[in-house]
Amino acid sequence: MEWDWAFVAKIMPTLLEGLKLTVLITILSAFVAAGLGLVLAIAKRSRNGWIAKPTAMLIEFIRGTPLLVQLYFIFFVLPDVGIVLPPLVAGVIGMGLHYATYTAEVYRAGIENVPKGQWEAARATNLTVPQTWIHVVIPQALPPMIPALANYLIAMFKETPLLSAITVLELMNQAKSVANSNYRYIEPMTLVGAFFLVMSLLSVILLRWLERRYGRLAK
Amino acid sequence: MVEPIIQIDKLDKSFGPLKVLDGLSFDVMPGEKLALIGPSGSGKTTILRILMTLETITAGHIKVCGEQLYHMQRSGHEVPADEPHLHKMRSHIGMVFQHFNLFPHKCVLDNITLAPMLTKGEVRAKAEQRAMELLEMVGLADKAKAMPAQLSGGQKQRVAIARALALKPRIMLFDEVTSALDPELVEEVLLVMKRLAAETDMTMLLVTHEMGFAHEFADRVLFFDKGRIVEQGSPDKIFRHPSHERTQSFLRKIIAAGHRV
Ligand SMILES: Nc1ncnc2c1ncn2[C@@H]1O[C@H](COP(=O)(O)OP(=O)(O)OP(=O)(O)O)[C@@H](O)[C@H]1O
Ligand SMILES: [Mg+2]
Repeated sequence: MEWDWAFVAKIMPTLLEGLKLTVLITILSAFVAAGLGLVLAIAKRSRNGWIAKPTAMLIEFIRGTPLLVQLYFIFFVLPDVGIVLPPLVAGVIGMGLHYATYTAEVYRAGIENVPKGQWEAARATNLTVPQTWIHVVIPQALPPMIPALANYLIAMFKETPLLSAITVLELMNQAKSVANSNYRYIEPMTLVGAFFLVMSLLSVILLRWLERRYGRLAK
Repeated sequence: MVEPIIQIDKLDKSFGPLKVLDGLSFDVMPGEKLALIGPSGSGKTTILRILMTLETITAGHIKVCGEQLYHMQRSGHEVPADEPHLHKMRSHIGMVFQHFNLFPHKCVLDNITLAPMLTKGEVRAKAEQRAMELLEMVGLADKAKAMPAQLSGGQKQRVAIARALALKPRIMLFDEVTSALDPELVEEVLLVMKRLAAETDMTMLLVTHEMGFAHEFADRVLFFDKGRIVEQGSPDKIFRHPSHERTQSFLRKIIAAGHRV
């Protein structure tokens, strides 16, 4: 089997469509994961056991089951109880929710990384609790979180092909469909691999830079 | 007759099963400089932290500036203080910590101006002007734009003192403010505190292992052991003529450990 540049040129627009959707899914899921993760982190820190304990269990449950199963559940099982979601929405919710359990952990570590003495100094200078969060805790907690959060962003990007299982036409699914209809796999699959490799390398460079700039969160 | 600025009445404090303060009562008069001394674990830090509302109390009453600190009146009943009440009471009190606890992400000037701007609504220009005066007083006017990480321990502690003073508290609490410092940096901090004691009428409570400094600084010395006051009096009485056996043995140990008295 020979590499066929003409075929590459022919399928390129379709694959780029897929790549665009893959990037879009990653960004949307990242927002869901960042926002929902904060909610989970706060709920888990709650002093009310009726909030904290179920949240902790939910987090363990989501982490303990494969993302693929969760995607199937959201897309194929929820319609049985009347919740029908378009594939893209189901995918973003599934990915976002799954990764929110990890970002929640990053937030927790970042917040606990701020020494107790900082809270006490804030109180001794009579700042209110919201002022303490805004002016003292978050500015110190956030920078070391950034590399860890970026790490999950990259992981999320590399997991988007799972969404092909729920009919989302992201890069992998597009490649599969052009391959199937032309009976040629070598070019589409090589290109998919190359796309992911290039993106991953770029993001690793970015990540190293972020780590140098902001430091790492001690585990 | 002047009323005490701090009245502590039958104060108990336990951490779980551990009783740290045991029926403690004492008053502090406005402008008084008080030194709290005693063996490790006797509860000195805990008293300051309770006054700063960094801990809760187990039982008893504390009045600060004529008002209950941990209690308030609601329709004729005494109830635990809520956050707004604590917030109001905290404005009377400032604290300097053993480990400085400066805000590391803010420069020296911003460390000092943050709270006056946020809690008193001071405009930046005014807050900065006052901050510069305070930095002048602690001898660090040239460090206004430095970050805390660029300062020595003694400099950090002097900034921390300026930060607490910026809020103009009537009461200042100092918890072993020199014990985290290299020996050669202790003097510069003590000098600032001596000036403060001489030039202001602030009430000051000082926890220290520097007996020589306590002698010079304090109007009255309280010797603590196991959450109670064993003996109190003028520095001359406590350091030169301690009447209680436990005070004597504590001072002997301190001298043996190489501290000046
Ligand atoms: N948050 C806490 N939880 C449990 N125990 C505590 C806590 N804080 C203080 N303690 C205990 O309370 C006792 C009194 O502590 P405190 O810090 O007030 O002593 P101290 O007189 O300041 O001693 P030192 O001279 O060593 O600073 C100690 O036995 C200490 O271990
Ligand atoms: Mg102490």
